[in-house]
Amino acid sequence: MKNSAADLHAGIRLTGKWHNGNYPLIRKLGSGAIGTVYLTKRNGVDAALKISEKRTSMTMEMNVLQSLKKVQGHFLGPCLFDTDDYVSPSGQLYTFYVMEYIQGSRLDTYIKAKGVEWLPVLLLSLLEDLDYLHQAGWVFGDLKLDNLVVSENPVRLRWVDVGGTTQLGRAIKEYTEFYDRGHWGMGSRKAEPTYDLFALAMTALEIMNGGRFPKGDTPKSTIRKALSRADKLRPILEKALSGKYTTATAMKQDLVKHLMKNKAPASAATPSRVAKSNRRKAGLGECVVLSFYGIACYVLYLLQ
Amino acid sequence: MKPSTLKQILLITDGCSNRGEDPAAVAALANAQHITVNVIGILEEGHTEHSLSLDEVENIAKAGGGVSQLIYKQALTETVQMVTKQAMTQTIEGVVNRELKQILGPGNTLDDLPPEKRGDVLEVVEEISETANLEVLILVDTSASMHHKLPVVKEALIDLSISMNARLGNNKFAILGFPGKRDPAVKVMEWTERLENVSSVFPKLATGGVTPTGPALREAIHEFSRQSLPKRTDGISEYEEFGS
Ligand SMILES: Nc1ncnc2c1ncn2[C@@H]1O[C@H](COP(=O)(O)OP(=O)(O)OP(=O)(O)O)[C@@H](O)[C@H]1O
Repeated sequence: MKNSAADLHAGIRLTGKWHNGNYPLIRKLGSGAIGTVYLTKRNGVDAALKISEKRTSMTMEMNVLQSLKKVQGHFLGPCLFDTDDYVSPSGQLYTFYVMEYIQGSRLDTYIKAKGVEWLPVLLLSLLEDLDYLHQAGWVFGDLKLDNLVVSENPVRLRWVDVGGTTQLGRAIKEYTEFYDRGHWGMGSRKAEPTYDLFALAMTALEIMNGGRFPKGDTPKSTIRKALSRADKLRPILEKALSGKYTTATAMKQDLVKHLMKNKAPASAATPSRVAKSNRRKAGLGECVVLSFYGIACYVLYLLQ
Repeated sequence: MKPSTLKQILLITDGCSNRGEDPAAVAALANAQHITVNVIGILEEGHTEHSLSLDEVENIAKAGGGVSQLIYKQALTETVQMVTKQAMTQTIEGVVNRELKQILGPGNTLDDLPPEKRGDVLEVVEEISETANLEVLILVDTSASMHHKLPVVKEALIDLSISMNARLGNNKFAILGFPGKRDPAVKVMEWTERLENVSSVFPKLATGGVTPTGPALREAIHEFSRQSLPKRTDGISEYEEFGS
């Protein structure tokens, strides 16, 4: 990112090329492989603005956020407000989008401050969201500590950065080695609910081991060693790592059982949600596919 | 929809070409035949003076319509799959862009569309790169200096197969090593869907300082017309369970 340092910094305002939205870059919230996220204001309310020169990756993220918006009745990932381009004074073209600002602390910071008993509680809320996401036909993909934020009121674990979010059954778009079951030789990189649950279990192991650990020559015994630090959560994490939970709900139910046992052994009854019929993703949908069907066919022909 | 096939050559080397024709010219020839040439150059640790030139690596990839990266060997795994994926997207996007110009008139590219519309187009690009068939010919420099890097190359190729086999489209891989004893390049692995089998190859390493990158690339192009392949056998899970 050669130009972004000079072009973009907190303190400037930028105006969108297409929709003319005007946004102040108040403070840098973070940056990663794809782009930089700034705190901004939209209609007087805090919002997050992600900006990058990587047009293709950014557009794909916008597509995902747009599709998640259509999963009704539940917030899956930050809500998307605006998408636009920005041409800097130096002539560089950027793509940006404005989304809901998710305020909170990093999961590991939160656990350090509040105690490890908060971990399973927080995982519950995330598992519920994951289940909605999976039922909507998506897999989060790049689930990791950096992408999880504990938001307050109510306390809830939420994800940011949908860069890895992939349609069920396809190849995971983006992942981080430590959380990737393929890297550990423990499964494929196909987008399945079990992929997310593996990454979630690795996140828990990372927290309980005080950091990431290298794969080593025998990945499985490395993991077994890491699991020994997981205490009572061990059997649950072990099941998640070996792909025995086929749904997020199944893992959630085991966690609930575990949590209830800690308090009152008798009331192990779990509130189980009735499985909904598999809601199809109403994604960028049919019309898009149809209007570009012609192009697609022609492209396929040219690639022959 | 008839599945299409993307053809790529992935050149992995740690030295400059010093024998035979200009590799960039051969890469251009490949590109003209719809074969994309990607180049990964591995830098020598701790050396300030590199035997590898950034220019050559870039020129070959540019002429071959592909992607190039200069890296240290630790980054190889990550780079191999990134370069492969990026080149796929680039190829498809290129074709879609040309197509857009036809529909929308000259001067219209993806950048001339508002982000919403661009999203629709990229959805198509993504769809194609997920479902298209992919043929990758891996051309590995097996000269003496590569010796201690080959285990990393192997690991990176196994990782590439994990990524690519997760796609809906089919994959075929073959490996050529160069230089050969008599020929510019020798077949290390036949066309296969299972790149994991790479563990059993990479037997002989050549010695001496000859790096006939151009002629080796020419051999690589020929491999695409030579191949004949069996159908994919699906549904076999190659991962054992963890624990107990
Ligand atoms: N909606 C949001 N609200 C608050 N903070 C956010 C939001 N989105 C992103 N951030 C912060 O910005 C950081 C970088 O954003 P993001 O992860 O999207 O960038 P990236 O380039 O995709 O990174 P990565 O390399 O992890 O893919 C995040 O780790 C997070 O701290």
